[in-house]
Amino acid sequence: MSANPTTAGTTVPSLADVAVGDELPARGIAVDRARLVHYAGASGDRNPIHWDADFATGVGLPDVIAHGMFTMGAAAECVGAWCGDPGRIVQYGTKFVGMVVVPREEGATVHVTGKVTKVDEASGQVTVELTVTCEGRKVLGRALAVVDLAPAGE
Amino acid sequence: MPVNASFEGRAYPPSPPYAVGREHIRDFAHALGASSPLHSDVEAARAAGYRDVIAPPTFAVVLAQRVESQFITDPEAGVDFTRVVHGEEKFVHHAPLTAGDEVVGVLHVDRVREVAGNAMVSTRVELSTVAGEPLTTVTSSLVVRGEDS
Repeated sequence: MSANPTTAGTTVPSLADVAVGDELPARGIAVDRARLVHYAGASGDRNPIHWDADFATGVGLPDVIAHGMFTMGAAAECVGAWCGDPGRIVQYGTKFVGMVVVPREEGATVHVTGKVTKVDEASGQVTVELTVTCEGRKVLGRALAVVDLAPAGE
Repeated sequence: MPVNASFEGRAYPPSPPYAVGREHIRDFAHALGASSPLHSDVEAARAAGYRDVIAPPTFAVVLAQRVESQFITDPEAGVDFTRVVHGEEKFVHHAPLTAGDEVVGVLHVDRVREVAGNAMVSTRVELSTVAGEPLTTVTSSLVVRGEDS
């Protein structure tokens, strides 16, 4: 898949400019109930634990919690914004290790940082590990994205 | 009821085709805060070499979960969905999901194991175009909590 690095908003970093240890710009993701309802509709995951507090507490949860897949998807923006072309994210995986509890009034903030952990010159693929936390606790574990930075046409 | 271990290794027939829509991609990207114009602006996507707007990296879950439901909702499988916790998810993209794609998925139940009273289930969905071009491999692990946990 080719990419044009001169297109506005889709500037892809050059492989030569990326090194192990590079940090991606950190992001804070504000999560409120409206956002979870939007994601529930867009994703088709309408489980009421993600929007109905009475239902959530009835099954033993502290309150409404975010979809794990919402958190995983929103955290990917850290990589997508950095690499300029989300179509170059060729792998993305994680373990779900903690809940994002979303109270009605104050909502929650998910913090995302990313670091380059591997640069494969031969394939042009770069691995980024994300650290995703809420209230100081990890919510995603081993969140790894592989980004294809090979020049267009290769 | 425990998860039926005899489902391990089972592969299902291809799902009915799912049409990936431009507005669905835009809405999904908006819900996630995915800001790239490649999710919303057809001209920007074409300038970057794509046929149309491309889906965010986790959009494939929308299709995969429909395909997985063949197993999850099968009474014979014995999965109590009220006791399911999502353990892991991984996407391997062979090509980006793009607006206009007609996608079929083939479900594989790779693993069913009992661990400390809980069932661990690993599924794999192979998404491809109706023409057979591979798009995304989605692997997912679920924990079905046992009655005592």
